[in-house]
Amino acid sequence: MSVARASCAARLGEIAGAGHTTEDPAQLAGYAIEGAAPRAAVRPASSAEIAEIIKFAVSERLAIVPCGARTKLGIGLPPRQYDIALDLTRMDRVIAFDPGDLTLSVEAGIPFRQVQAALAEHGQFLPLAPPWMRRTTVGGTIAAGMDGPLRQLYGTARDFVLGMEFVTGDGVAAKSGGRVVKNVTGYDLHKLMIGALGTLGILTRINFRTFPAPTGARAMIACFDAASGALDLPRRIAQSPLRPLTVDVLSPAAHELLSSAVAGQADSRPPGESAFREGCWVLGAGFAGDESACARYERELRAMAAEAGATGAVVLSEEDTRVFFARHREWIPLVLESFADAAILRIGVPPARMGEILEMATNAAGEQGLRCAAIARGAGVIYFALLADAARRDAEKAALAAGLIQAACASLGGHATVPWCKAEWKGSFEVWGGESGAVAQMRKMKGVFDPGGALSPGRFVGGI
Amino acid sequence: MDARLPRDLQKLLGRDAILHRPEDLLLYEYDGSVEVARAQAVVFPQTTEQVAGIARLANRYQTPIVGRGAGTGLSGGALARRGGILIVFSRMNRILELDLGNQTARVQPGVVNADLSAAVAHAGLHFAPDPSSQKACTIGGNVAENSGGPHTLAYGVTANHVVALQVVTPEGEVVRIGSAAPDAPGYDLAGLFVGSEGTIGLATEITVKLTRLPEAVKTLLAVFNTVDDATETVVEITARGITPAACEMLDGWTLRAVEAYVHAGFPLDSGAVLLMDVDGLREAAESQAKAVADVCQAHGAREVRVARDAKERDLLWKGRKNAFGAVGRLSPTYYVQDGVIPRTKLPATLRRIDAIGKKYGFEIGNIFHAGDGNLHPIILFDARDPEQFRRAVGASDEIIQYCIEMGGSITGEHGVGMEKDRLMPLLFSEAELDLMRRVRDAFNPKGILNPGKIFPAGKGCGEIHVRPLPTAGAATPA
Repeated sequence: MSVARASCAARLGEIAGAGHTTEDPAQLAGYAIEGAAPRAAVRPASSAEIAEIIKFAVSERLAIVPCGARTKLGIGLPPRQYDIALDLTRMDRVIAFDPGDLTLSVEAGIPFRQVQAALAEHGQFLPLAPPWMRRTTVGGTIAAGMDGPLRQLYGTARDFVLGMEFVTGDGVAAKSGGRVVKNVTGYDLHKLMIGALGTLGILTRINFRTFPAPTGARAMIACFDAASGALDLPRRIAQSPLRPLTVDVLSPAAHELLSSAVAGQADSRPPGESAFREGCWVLGAGFAGDESACARYERELRAMAAEAGATGAVVLSEEDTRVFFARHREWIPLVLESFADAAILRIGVPPARMGEILEMATNAAGEQGLRCAAIARGAGVIYFALLADAARRDAEKAALAAGLIQAACASLGGHATVPWCKAEWKGSFEVWGGESGAVAQMRKMKGVFDPGGALSPGRFVGGI
Repeated sequence: MDARLPRDLQKLLGRDAILHRPEDLLLYEYDGSVEVARAQAVVFPQTTEQVAGIARLANRYQTPIVGRGAGTGLSGGALARRGGILIVFSRMNRILELDLGNQTARVQPGVVNADLSAAVAHAGLHFAPDPSSQKACTIGGNVAENSGGPHTLAYGVTANHVVALQVVTPEGEVVRIGSAAPDAPGYDLAGLFVGSEGTIGLATEITVKLTRLPEAVKTLLAVFNTVDDATETVVEITARGITPAACEMLDGWTLRAVEAYVHAGFPLDSGAVLLMDVDGLREAAESQAKAVADVCQAHGAREVRVARDAKERDLLWKGRKNAFGAVGRLSPTYYVQDGVIPRTKLPATLRRIDAIGKKYGFEIGNIFHAGDGNLHPIILFDARDPEQFRRAVGASDEIIQYCIEMGGSITGEHGVGMEKDRLMPLLFSEAELDLMRRVRDAFNPKGILNPGKIFPAGKGCGEIHVRPLPTAGAATPA
């Protein structure tokens, strides 16, 4: 490195204020990625300051990793180099909220929860219920490409992000898109930023289309003895006129985890407990509407569940539905907290192939003597947790199972990444799945946005 | 153009797949916009390999290539602005795969938008983006322009429905981006590609989502005495969180032009009408229709009609979708804007458009996607009169300027193309345009693919230039 530790922090302090820069090892430990702490952390207040910081980093060949609430720093590969943690939590304002237009513009560091609270005052919301909801920032959720159960009805961030402002790896503050709900002016660069893990630019502002919050949402949960029945129900729903808010299937182990005292904290009784049997697969489908629409959902979902072979079905009260949704949403953090040695795969397959892939994945885990748990969304996304045991040196087995699952996904026209696993395991996993032909095109984009390679180097697909 | 190029193209594609006589090329110098540009050759490939071969030839001969579907575009996107080879996809019009279980289709770019919906209607599905030109326009063109349409208010534009693409790069490589399975790892290149106006690659296969047809649709026609009452109604519908499947406005001038042509049943003495669809579950459509009707009445609608059956509904929509054909009967030339404004600004904007029309001596008609704030003011003028043409451009620029001041955008669904390139600096800084240019150049390093589009040629900002004299504008905007 061409600059000493002290001069790095000193320069960052000149840009953002000494009070917003730290080189205290105790504080820096909180910014560590897979055990490696940066040399300094800085909390800028504007995109102009960010541009300055990036220009400084590029001139000194330092590497920057942006962060918000630091809940998802473990996703992806560890950065090749990590000098500066760029903490966006001071950039936490609502820039504009126009309830009449159903549009919103916020700074990237604003807590997700705060945004939802502001929108709720006007009966609106962002139709994204990401994990780590109590802490996560909007920028972190978007940059990490998180989804949530509501994607069944509303799609993912790419469907309702209208525009963005960001600072590129050569320190240029730029924007794309806009704040109107329909716009084809210029390239949609903001689409590239979603899920890019901060490898193309530092997100500073994000513009959203907002939606009327559904009132009186309810959920039906149905139990099945086998995965095939539980996964038959999303297919039936997709072929019906119903448009539920959420459709998620939980494996027995996934469901047990949600029902555990850890998940419920104070109230350990899971909603709808009466319908559950030991070892059952559980389908939850959320819906909303006026009284007559809800009655129809209830009637038809129950009928479909019975046809699919459900052993029991209940419709939760509004209050229980809220609890149920909140637990579902936090399933990933719950797995990571409960199992220090879990590896979680994010699988995407054509929805009709979910049953096959779940069976293959469960077998792959079983062959390696690993326990597993899964949550499958109707849209074709499965979070599949391999619950390994470090004491038994399961890393190799988990990597072997993950590799088999990844190959199976590819053979069914899908893909699987390993966003979460222990740091020391990452070397044995194909964290981003196999190389796809599009990686060369992706590298071209990295070259345009971050020619010096200063932003989150090495964290992303293909070592980008 | 090098004399050997037509021969090489013929060798690659066959004799019947290339046009190069001036009288043939003439037919391809237009699209739905007021722009004109002529290619030196028009070719009709049938396979991805042939498209890649054309790109490689173009590189060898340093000749531009431009993709084209049905030529219904409204911004000159499919015109060979710098000459060269126009690649027309009309012979790549096969639906390659229907996966009804997963509700996706893989199609060639020349498949006509409405044909795909027709092919899956038996399964209760459709391709949701519905530009008004949907009986002619191709899915490849929809991808290039990120086309919208009346029902994209609730269902989203083309980008929301395209999941994967096979693309021929300007250098003649074949690459696949995106995935039919959700959340492909890596950058969302498919999201970038849709709406890139044919400047970074040529799509030769497109995988789209199919959407279930709603169980129930109710079509409402709300009749107002003034434009203000109609626009205030739209503001209120939006603010109440009601999202109709479509919410279109026709002002009095436009609906009279339409009625004379289509006989859709629009009341001739009204100031404006709103044509709206609500859909979904029977129960939901029912209650939404009632909520919409209540808002209309509260804002002085003199009548709210609900179409009694599919026939009545189709007739009303026929009036809307053929509106630009109707306008074409009134004037040798017209100019359609595509500005977008925040929806709360509709009443003020429509008043401003009226005032701008008076200032420049035009009656400006309005027929547009009111629900998403996407305006289509129509200025009728006679292009043979240079003075009138200058006034039309002046009025048009003033409207766009106002949209931008309101926090809006210069194009909602028609694209920038060769028509609004000079307006780009009104929205983007030189650094931002430079970043976008570098994105283009990364994929299109020699600038061979669709040159002269999107980006302003000079560095000057927003000065009005007089374009080559336009001729017929038989456009069919979405």
